[in-house]
Amino acid sequence: MNIVQPRILTDRIGTARTTFVIPRNRQGWRYWKDAIASQGMGISTFAACLLIVVIAGALLDRAWPILSVESPKALVTSETWHPIKGQFGFWPFIASSLYVTLIAMALAVPAALFSAMYLAEYTRLRGLIKPLVDLLASIPSVVYGLWGVLFVVPLVRDHIGPASNDTLGQIIPFFATNNPTGYGLLAAGFVLAIMVFPFVMSVTEEVFHSVPQEMREASLALGATHWETTKAVVLRKSLPGVIAAVVLGFSRAFGETLAVLMVVGNVVQVPGSLFDAAYPLPALIANNYGEMMSIPLYDSALMTAALMLLIVVLTFNIGARLVLVRLNPETAA
Amino acid sequence: MMNRRQRRHLEERFFKGVMRLSLFLALGVLGLIIVTVTQKGIGSLSWSMLTKSSEGGFYLGKEGGILNAIVGSLYLAAGATALALVLGLPVVFYLHAYIGKSSLANAVRLAFDVLWGIPSIVYGAFGFILMLMIGMRASLLGGIITLALVELPILVRTMDEVMRMIPHELTESTYALGTTRLELAGILLRQTLPGLVTAVLLAFGRGIGDAAAVLFTAGYTDNMPDSLMRPVASLPLAIFFQLSTPFPEVQARAYASALVLTILILVISLLARLSLRALGRHVIR
Amino acid sequence: MTIRTATHLSIRNLDVWYGGQHALKDINADIPRHQITTIVGPSGCGKTTLLKSLNRLSELNTQVNVSGQVLLDGIDIYDPAVDVTEVRTRIGLLAQKPCPLPMSIYDNIAYGPRIHGQKNGKMDDVVRTHLQDVELWDEVKHRLKAPATGLSVGQQQRLCLARALAVRPEVLLCDESTSALDPISARAVERLLDRLKENYTVVMVTHDLAQARRLADYVLFIWLGEVVEQGPARHVFNQPREPRTRAYLAGEIG
Repeated sequence: MNIVQPRILTDRIGTARTTFVIPRNRQGWRYWKDAIASQGMGISTFAACLLIVVIAGALLDRAWPILSVESPKALVTSETWHPIKGQFGFWPFIASSLYVTLIAMALAVPAALFSAMYLAEYTRLRGLIKPLVDLLASIPSVVYGLWGVLFVVPLVRDHIGPASNDTLGQIIPFFATNNPTGYGLLAAGFVLAIMVFPFVMSVTEEVFHSVPQEMREASLALGATHWETTKAVVLRKSLPGVIAAVVLGFSRAFGETLAVLMVVGNVVQVPGSLFDAAYPLPALIANNYGEMMSIPLYDSALMTAALMLLIVVLTFNIGARLVLVRLNPETAA
Repeated sequence: MMNRRQRRHLEERFFKGVMRLSLFLALGVLGLIIVTVTQKGIGSLSWSMLTKSSEGGFYLGKEGGILNAIVGSLYLAAGATALALVLGLPVVFYLHAYIGKSSLANAVRLAFDVLWGIPSIVYGAFGFILMLMIGMRASLLGGIITLALVELPILVRTMDEVMRMIPHELTESTYALGTTRLELAGILLRQTLPGLVTAVLLAFGRGIGDAAAVLFTAGYTDNMPDSLMRPVASLPLAIFFQLSTPFPEVQARAYASALVLTILILVISLLARLSLRALGRHVIR
Repeated sequence: MTIRTATHLSIRNLDVWYGGQHALKDINADIPRHQITTIVGPSGCGKTTLLKSLNRLSELNTQVNVSGQVLLDGIDIYDPAVDVTEVRTRIGLLAQKPCPLPMSIYDNIAYGPRIHGQKNGKMDDVVRTHLQDVELWDEVKHRLKAPATGLSVGQQQRLCLARALAVRPEVLLCDESTSALDPISARAVERLLDRLKENYTVVMVTHDLAQARRLADYVLFIWLGEVVEQGPARHVFNQPREPRTRAYLAGEIG
C-alpha cells in the first residue's frame, strides 16, 4: 500500500512535472486509532490544565455574595469577625497564617540550606541521606500534628515559653507570653518547619547539584577553600533557584491545614506574641465547614478564605516555577 | 593573632560544622517523630483495634477498633488512585508521544506543577462546591473524586519524570519502524512500568495520608464503608477525632492509630522507591 | 634569579587509580622551570588525570586514589602537612573549556586576590594589570561590571587565564586549553602562553601535535598510562628513540 507512486502535478504556469509522493494511508485502522487517541488525549490534557481556572472560578462564584458587598481591602484589613452579625474581617486569619508561615520558614530555611550544601558539596552520603529524607517527608500531616501535641506543645509550655518570657520577653513584648497552654504560633511554626524542611532541602540540593563541576574546579584551582567555593560560586550561581525553592516552601507551608490546626490554639485574634494562640486561614476553613450552612454568608466567607489561600499559592507557585524552568529547562521538577 | 590562612581554615571548619549540625538536627527531629509515635502507639495497639469497627461509644472510651477507618482509607485511596490514573495516563502519553519537547509540553508541565502546589484544603473546598452543585452528600464517591484531583498532578508529574529518563534514541528508532504515535505510547509505557508503579504508590500514599481534602467530602462514620453514596471513615480523621476527645484512653488509641498510619505510609513509600530502583535496571540506556 | 633549566616540578613514582582501573602507572618526570612542557598522547591515556594530579584537583573525584610524590621545589604536595589551598595557589589551572565564575568581569579577576587577602584599595590596579597581560583590557575596560558570561568564548578563555595569573602562581597547568576555541582565539592564547613562560612554568596537555611542535620545550609522551618517552622537544619530535613514539608521531597509532 505504501508504494511510491508517480503522480502528475501541474504548477501555476501549467507545465506538468512528475513528483514522487508517498500517499498517506488514511484508510487503515491504525491511522484512525492514532488520530482519535490524539484528539482524546489532547482534550483531556487541556481539561486538566483548565482545572486551575475551574477551581478559581468555582471559589470566586461561591465567595461572590461577600465580595459583592464588601471591598476586598475592607475584607483583608478588618479585624472584626462576627459571623452571626454578618461581620467578616479576615485580618486575624491572614496575620496568623503569615506569622506561622514566616516562623516556620525562619526555622527551616537556614537548616535546609546548610544541609543541602553539606549533601551537595561535602559528603559522599548523598545517595543514602536524600532518599531517607524523602521517605520521612511522606509522613502524613496528621502524624506531624500528633507529634506536635505530644512533644512540641509541652516543650513550648514548660521550657521555651517561660525561658523566653523571663529573658527577652522583659524587653521585647513579642517574646513575652501570657498563654500558659503552649498551643500557639511557635508550636505551629516549629511543627510546620519540620514539615517543609525536607521539601526545601530537596529542591535546593538539586539546584546546588546542577552547578557544573568545572565551576567548582575553577574556584578551587585558585586556592579557594571548599566553603569559599560554596559561598561565592555555588550559592551565587544557584541563588535564583534557592529563592524559588524558598518561595515554593512558603506556599506549601501557607496551605498546610491539619498539623497546624492541631497545635496553633485556634483563637480569633491578631497574635501579638510568639506564644499567642492564632487562627490561620486553612484552620478557619477546616474547623467551620460543619456550621457554614446555618449562618447566612458564612459559607461565602469560608470560600473567600479558600480563594485567598488559592491566590497566594498560585502567585508564589507560578513565579517560582517560571524561575526554576528558566534556570534549567531540562531538569526542572 | 591569627594569620589569614588560619582564619580561612577556621571558617571552613566552622561552616562545615554548622552544616553537619543542621543536617543532624533535622534528621534527628524527623527520627524523633517516628520514635515518639512508636513509643506512644505501641502500648495501646491491640489486635482488637485492628480487627473491629468503631461502633457506638468508641470515642467515649468503649470497646471497638479502627478497622472501619483503615478500610475506609484504603477504599478512598484506591478509588482515587484508579480515577487519577484514568485521567492522568492520557496526559502523560500526550506529553511524551504527541507533543514531545515542545513549549506546549512545558506549559502543560507548568500547569501540573502549579496544580501540585494547590493545598488539599482548597481541593476539599472545591470538591464540596462540586458536590453541592450536583446535590451529592458527603460520601465515599465524593471523597474519591476530590482525592483523585489531589493525586492527579502527583501521578502525572512523577510518571512524566520517569518517562523523561528514556533516551531519545528509543523514540527515534521506534518511529523509524513506522509506528504510530499511539503505538509509541504503548512502548514507552512498557519501558517505564516500574516507574508507573512508583507513581501509583506515591499517589496512593498521599491519598491515604491526606485529611484536609476528605474532611468535607467523605464525611465520617463509625461503620464499615458499604456504599459509594454513604459517608466513609478515614484513618487520618480517626486520629484527629480520637485526639480531640478529652478521654486519655481514647487519646491513647489515637497514638496507636497514628502508628498504624505511619507504618502503612512508610511501607508504601519504601515500595515506591524500590520500584524506582528496579526501573534503573529495566530501562535500556 | 633561578637557573632556567633547573627542575621545578618533579613527579616521583606516581600511581593513580580511577575506580578500579590503574590509570597512571609509576610516572616519573622532571618538569623544567620556565619552559613549556607538553604532555602528548592519544585520548583516554591519562593525560588529563596526570595534569589534575599535579594540583590535587583529581582528589575531588571520590573514585580517584593517588600514591607517590609530586615535588614542588622539593616539597611533596601530597604531604598531609601541606595545605592544599596553598598548593593550588602556587599551581594554577587553565581548564579545557572557559569557565567564568558567575560574577562580573572585574570580580572574576578580583576573586582570587581577595581570597588571598589583597586589599580592595589596590584591586583596580591588579585587575587592570592582569587584563592587560592577556590583551583583554582594551576590549572590556568599559564594561568591567558586566557579567563575564557575556564575553565571547575566546575572550572568556583569556579572562580565565588572567584570573589564574592574578593569584601569582608559579606553575600554570593547561588542559587542552585551546581546543574549545576558534583558530584565531586559539592562536592568541598560544601566543600568550609562549610569552608567559618567561615568568611561569607551563605544563600543557594537548592532543594537537602541531600545537605541541609549535610550543613545546619539553615533551612527555604518554601511552596507556605510562610515560613512554620524555625529553627536550627537538629530541622527542626529531629523533624519537621509542618505536611507539615514532608510530604516534607518524599518525599510525592513537
